[in-house]
Amino acid sequence: MLKFIFKRLLLAIPTILGVIFIVMLTIELVPGDPVELMLGEHATKEAVHNVRTALGLDKPLLTRYFLYLKNLARGDMGRSIRENRAVAKEISDVWPATLELTFAAMVIATLIGVTVGIISAVRPNSFFDNMNRILSLFGLSMPVFWTGLVLIVIFSYWLRYLPIGGTGSLRHLILPAFTLSLPSIAMISRMTRSSLLEVLKEDYVRTARAKGLSEKTVILRHALKNALIPIVTLSGLQMGQLMGGAILTETVFAWPGLGRLMVRAIFARDYILLQGAVLIFALAFVMINLIVDISYSFLDPRVSYQ
Amino acid sequence: MKNQAHSSPVKEFWEQFLQNRLAVLGLVIVIGLVIVAIFAPFFAPQDPTLQSLPDKRTKPGGKFILGADEFGRDILSRLIYGTRVALLVGILSVAIALVLGMVLGTVSGFFGGVVDNLIMRSLDILLAFPYLLLAIAVVSAIGPGVLNTTIAVGIWATPGFARIIRASVITIKKADYVLAAKALGASSTRIILSHVTPNFISPVIVYSTLYMANAILVEAALSFLGLGVQPPTPSWGLMVSSGRDFLLSAPHIATLPGIAIMTTVLGFNLLGDGLRDSLDPRLRNV
Repeated sequence: MLKFIFKRLLLAIPTILGVIFIVMLTIELVPGDPVELMLGEHATKEAVHNVRTALGLDKPLLTRYFLYLKNLARGDMGRSIRENRAVAKEISDVWPATLELTFAAMVIATLIGVTVGIISAVRPNSFFDNMNRILSLFGLSMPVFWTGLVLIVIFSYWLRYLPIGGTGSLRHLILPAFTLSLPSIAMISRMTRSSLLEVLKEDYVRTARAKGLSEKTVILRHALKNALIPIVTLSGLQMGQLMGGAILTETVFAWPGLGRLMVRAIFARDYILLQGAVLIFALAFVMINLIVDISYSFLDPRVSYQ
Repeated sequence: MKNQAHSSPVKEFWEQFLQNRLAVLGLVIVIGLVIVAIFAPFFAPQDPTLQSLPDKRTKPGGKFILGADEFGRDILSRLIYGTRVALLVGILSVAIALVLGMVLGTVSGFFGGVVDNLIMRSLDILLAFPYLLLAIAVVSAIGPGVLNTTIAVGIWATPGFARIIRASVITIKKADYVLAAKALGASSTRIILSHVTPNFISPVIVYSTLYMANAILVEAALSFLGLGVQPPTPSWGLMVSSGRDFLLSAPHIATLPGIAIMTTVLGFNLLGDGLRDSLDPRLRNV
C-alpha cells in the first residue's frame, strides 16, 4: 500500500513540473510586449525596462522557468503588477473562500447525486427514474452562470429569501453552492445509477438476497460499496468541473474567491497574478486526482497489486 | 429472413435511432438550429446590431417580439444571429480538436513505446487543468475575439479526442486484418489511413457531438466573463452578461439567451446520447 502511494506521488511530479511550464508558456503567447501591455500606453521606456528586468523577462524561457521553480519552492510567486503585493499573499487571502464554495458544492452534489442515483437504480424505468433522467439532461445543459442569475431573480428578488451575493453567513453560501453543484448532481446521479445497476446483476448480490438479507442491507452494504469506484473517480473529476465553475459562480454572486481574483487579473493584464492563480487551481486539481487515486487502494484492495 | 437480406448497417442504425424519441428530438433541435443559423438574415426581423435608444429594455411583445436589450436592439434578431456564433465556434473548435486529436491519438496508439509515452504524458498535463481554466489561460494570453475563442476551445478539447482515438487505435491495431495488411508489406501510413482510421469513426462521431455541447457551453462562459466574443457581435453568453445589470427591471434580457444556450446544448447532448446508443451498443449506460 505504502509503495503504491509513494509511486503515485512520484508520478505526480512530472505533471506538476509540466503544469508550471505551461503556465509560464502562456505569457509567451501574448502578442506584442507583455510588459508594455501590463503597464499601459503611458509607461516610460525606463519603467518598461525596469519591470522587464525585475520579472526576468529579458532572460530566455528555460532560465526563467528554473528561476520560477526556485522561487516557488520558497513560496515566492512574485509580486502583482497593479497592487505590488506578494502574489502568494493575495492568493492566500481569497483561496479559503473558493475552497468553502467548491467544498460545499461537492458535498451537496455527492449527497443528492448518490441518493437520487440509488433510488433510480433500485426502481429503473419508474416515474422517478425517468424524471431524474430528464432533469439530469437539463442540469448538464444549463450554463452555470445563467442558472445563478435565474436563482437570484427567484430567491433574492421575488421571494426575498436569500441574499443576492457576497459572503458572511451560511445563507450567503446556499445559492452559489447549489448553483455550482447542479451539473455535478446530474453527472453523479447518472453514474451512481449505471454503476449500481451493473453491480446489482452480480452473483454476490444474488447470494446476499438468497440468504435472506433485507433489500436495504443488500443495496447499501453489498452493492453500493462495490459500485463506489466509478463514483469516486467521477467525483474527483467533478472537482475540476467545480473549480472551473467556481470562476463563473464567483463572478455571478460577487463571491470574493480565487476565480474573481483571476478574472480581475486578466482584465488588469496582471500576468504575474494570473499565473499564480492558474497555477494554484491546477495544482489543487492535481492533488485531488492524487487523493482519488490513492483512495482506490482503500476502496478496492486489488488496485495496489496492479 | 427476407428482411435480413435487405438490411444494411446504415438502415439498421436508422431503425434503432428512430426508436429513441429523445434522440430524434435532439436531431430535430440540431437541424432546426442549423437552418436558423444558415438563413439568419431571412428569419431575423431586424439588423441584430441596430440600436434604438428610445426602445431600450422594452418588454417582450409588440414591435419587439422578445423585447429589446439595453441599447434597444431586437433580442430575437440577436438570438437568431447568435446561433451562427455558437455553432461556428462549436463546429470549428471541435474540428481543430478532432484534427489535432486524430494526429496525436493515431501516432500515439499505433507506434506505442516512447512516442506514446511522450504524447500521452504531455496531454495529461493539459488535462491537469480544471475545466474552463485552460481555455481561460489561452484566451487571456492570445486575446479575445471569435477566432481566438475558437482556438482556445479547440485546444481545451484536444486531449479528450486524442485519448479516445488512441484507445480505439490500440484495439484495432491488434485485429487480424491489420496484421494481415502488415504481413502483406503495407506501409504504416497506408495501414493507418485505409485500415485503422475508418474503424474509429463511430466513437469519434459520438464524441464530437457530445463535445459540441460542451464547446458551446465553454464559448458562452468565456463570452460571459468578457474574455470571448466581443460586442457588438451577438453571442449568447455575452448577452446574458449584459442583461445582468437589469435583472430586476428587465429580466428577459439575461434569461432569454440562457434559454437559447440551454436548448442548443440539450439538443447536442440528446443527439450524442442517441448516436452512442445506436452506433455503439457497448457504450450504452456509460
